[in-house]
Amino acid sequence: MLLCSLLVQAALLALPALARPQQRDTKEEPLAVPGEIGRSGGRLVVALRGEPKTLNPLIAVDTRSREVIGAMQADLVHINRATQLTEPALAKSWKVSPSGLEYTVVLRQGIKFSDGQPMDADDVLFTFRVYLDESVHAPQRDFLIVGGKPIVVRKVNAQTVVFQLAKTYGAGERLFDGLAILPRHLLEKPYQEGKLGEMGTLATAANQWAGLGPFRLKEYVAGQRLVLERNPYYWKTDAKGNRLPYLDELVYLFVQNADAQVLKFQAGETDVISQTGAENFAALSRQPHGYTMTDAGPGLEYYFLFFNLNEPGERTSTEMLRKQKWFREVRFRQAVSAAVDREAIVRLVYQGHGTPLWGLVAPGNRRWGNEKLPHPPRSLDRARALLKEGGFSWGNGPDGEATLLDAEGKPVEFSIVTSSSNANFSKIAALIQDDLKQLGMRVQVVPLEFRSLIDRVTQSKEYEACVMGLASYDADPNTDMNVWLSSGGAHFWNPSQAHPAFPWEAEIDRLMEEQMWASAFEQRKRLYDRAQEILAEEQPIIFLASPDILVGAKNVVGNFHPAVLEPYVLWNVEQLYFKVGTENAAR
Amino acid sequence: MSARRAFAKWLAALAVLHGMVVCAGFFAPYDPVDQDRKSPYLPPMRIHLVDTQGHLHFRPFVYSPRLREGSFDQYEEDTAEPHPVTFFQSGTRYRLLGFLPCRRHFFGVEHTRIYLLGTDAYGRDQFSRFLFGGQVSLLAGLLGAGLTLLMGLGIGAAAGYYGGWTDGLLMRLAELFLALPWLYLLFALRAFLPLAVSPLKAFFLVIAVIGMVGWARPARLVRGVVLSAKERDYVRAARGFGASPGYLLRHHILPETYSVLLTQAAILIPQYVLAEMALSFLGLGVPEPVPTWGNQLSSLQHYSVLVSYWWMYLPALFMVPFFLGYLGLASSLQEREEAYKIEAGVLGA
Repeated sequence: MLLCSLLVQAALLALPALARPQQRDTKEEPLAVPGEIGRSGGRLVVALRGEPKTLNPLIAVDTRSREVIGAMQADLVHINRATQLTEPALAKSWKVSPSGLEYTVVLRQGIKFSDGQPMDADDVLFTFRVYLDESVHAPQRDFLIVGGKPIVVRKVNAQTVVFQLAKTYGAGERLFDGLAILPRHLLEKPYQEGKLGEMGTLATAANQWAGLGPFRLKEYVAGQRLVLERNPYYWKTDAKGNRLPYLDELVYLFVQNADAQVLKFQAGETDVISQTGAENFAALSRQPHGYTMTDAGPGLEYYFLFFNLNEPGERTSTEMLRKQKWFREVRFRQAVSAAVDREAIVRLVYQGHGTPLWGLVAPGNRRWGNEKLPHPPRSLDRARALLKEGGFSWGNGPDGEATLLDAEGKPVEFSIVTSSSNANFSKIAALIQDDLKQLGMRVQVVPLEFRSLIDRVTQSKEYEACVMGLASYDADPNTDMNVWLSSGGAHFWNPSQAHPAFPWEAEIDRLMEEQMWASAFEQRKRLYDRAQEILAEEQPIIFLASPDILVGAKNVVGNFHPAVLEPYVLWNVEQLYFKVGTENAAR
Repeated sequence: MSARRAFAKWLAALAVLHGMVVCAGFFAPYDPVDQDRKSPYLPPMRIHLVDTQGHLHFRPFVYSPRLREGSFDQYEEDTAEPHPVTFFQSGTRYRLLGFLPCRRHFFGVEHTRIYLLGTDAYGRDQFSRFLFGGQVSLLAGLLGAGLTLLMGLGIGAAAGYYGGWTDGLLMRLAELFLALPWLYLLFALRAFLPLAVSPLKAFFLVIAVIGMVGWARPARLVRGVVLSAKERDYVRAARGFGASPGYLLRHHILPETYSVLLTQAAILIPQYVLAEMALSFLGLGVPEPVPTWGNQLSSLQHYSVLVSYWWMYLPALFMVPFFLGYLGLASSLQEREEAYKIEAGVLGA
């Protein structure tokens, strides 16, 4: 009965679209998006730092693959990168049952994959079957296990699908964002043969791969570029009903590093640039010719320092045990937090394009920050008082400078590992090194290659402290559960715990899980605020700063509205267009 | 004779340059690791003699810099108050020659700071870092070259004097050392070392590495000299009188190699300073914040620094006289040696 009423409602919602003047046999229900009306044609070139690994959403884990896939695939419900709210995509509408456990999703009619094959509920069913299949090892699978049970997907008719959750989930429809609906007609056979992982390599022939995104595969030249062409069946139109995207081609050039990205952009070889560091941003802003650099505002990236709080194992050295005694002392961590000059990080590392950070919610997140969180200014006196309370004292070092000594009279020395991939990490660490020197701590900075850094922190756990950065790709707290739950693999200071090591970790676990199951925003916010307060008090992670999203685009690129969520400049790639002529098409 | 004069000239120039580096604490106005966080990437300050009102000052002075409104790396001069440059002023503590605690600095200014070569990303004085960095880099070069020559001398002399299979083995080893791709081996070596290496340990490690790598070439040179020297008449005569190999080597053969070694030293030292820089540039050298010339130049690998902050090149420019000095010394040594050889040849005929 309930289902019936839902269906009726869904049908009602669909009515305006059905009542279009002409119902041809295609019965297409495109999504009209607001924005400037652009002109068709042209070729947009972007530089990508390195090659994507795959075009297959089922195995893509690296950001480059995800960025490219984002332009080729589409999801049922999409988070608008500008408003940070969900909006209909392939799903024309969705409805949540009063119990909060059932999501009824109505698909747009007449949607076709980029190879012209129609899409319907069977593709959705197939997609979720594949994502949830353990043998596929899709990275999205974890998100689709709600309350310990996988989401159950049921087909009602060709346009309607019901998703059943085992437990109420705070932001259910956000789960659909980024989950590409896969072409059953191409993938069912490989799936049955167990060969899904081999599909969608970059070398795939263009006619062997299809998606629902604005662009489709055209050409891949190893080591040089990936060319995507306009998907003629795309399901979005502009306000006047012109089918999007405007661009004929989207080209990803593979470059070595950030500097090469900057050089290409400066030379006019690429049309847009994102994630430029502050220094490159300043260099590009100095003499802009034909392009404009924009500070899109604070993003969702946050940089932080944390100490190794892992449970000592059999192989833990005595030296490490001694150091962990300091790290486990909350006043030690609070003192470090008080001594860190966050303003200096913003000024010297981000050249003012950033925000000092005291809590886990980056300022780019508009809805979830706890306003009551204290923002204590830097104070070495407070830091010293805290250390004194924590049983530390000061002695004279070999050079006559004050040296911090622990309760056993041993000098406080440790190293901070950080990633060598980005100069900002080492810079932040060097500033902290100098800040802590003033407390008498001897700190060394060790830049490591990113992979070995992650390996050290999450696998071998042989490190003392670490400076790292994270970017949540959704403004909702649920996507970062992996970081905050003590059982999470990205719970960096002590990952994948069987039982929470500290009482406050147990409390955070409880709050985070409770907010995940709660459905009202206010209730979730209250729980999340409390978790933020505990983190600010216990300082397992010392939040440092959040950089602004710095982007640029040629002045001829229309509809350019950079967002602070990934993908920063190409989130509305279907609406981007060239304002003048076809000068770019000739390139 | 002119070769000898050129030698003395180069030696004096090098002595002056090294003197400044050895007494870095005195000549540098600030501590090399001191971060002035208000002035990152400050361009070299201008030394004025005439103020904004057109008055001539007898003492050179500077204006204190301030950030231009809304900018984080563009500065303007605060012309409200001139700050005269003072000499022999008391400032930050340092140890002269490594042990004498001292506070007196050659120059400085009061109420503001003076940056002759500008500052780096952390607002550290480039001039002070250059002088202190020279201590590390030049010492690494000198000690590294010393180690290389010692090994080269020992191995070359052994190979040349004993000949036979010893010679064959040592020379094949030398060829192997010349052929190895050192850079990649160094990367591998770094992976085996503990995560955090203290600056002092890293310094000795760098010396050991660059010292051990280069012995093959001097060893071959020494071997050649020893080979020819051991057949000289006076050596044969001494051997006939019953001199031991040790005595022969010490008194008759090795003295022949000294000029070769000296020339090699003059060539190797700047090479090894550069090697230290390459290692630091690649993150394998002495870790930050310890100043070394390599660390100082490593920021130049970023495009934005290359195009935005030209004064980051200045340390490289200031290193040129040092290298020139050593190369001049090497060539004057070679000339002297040739002159001596010709003289000896004339006498011999």
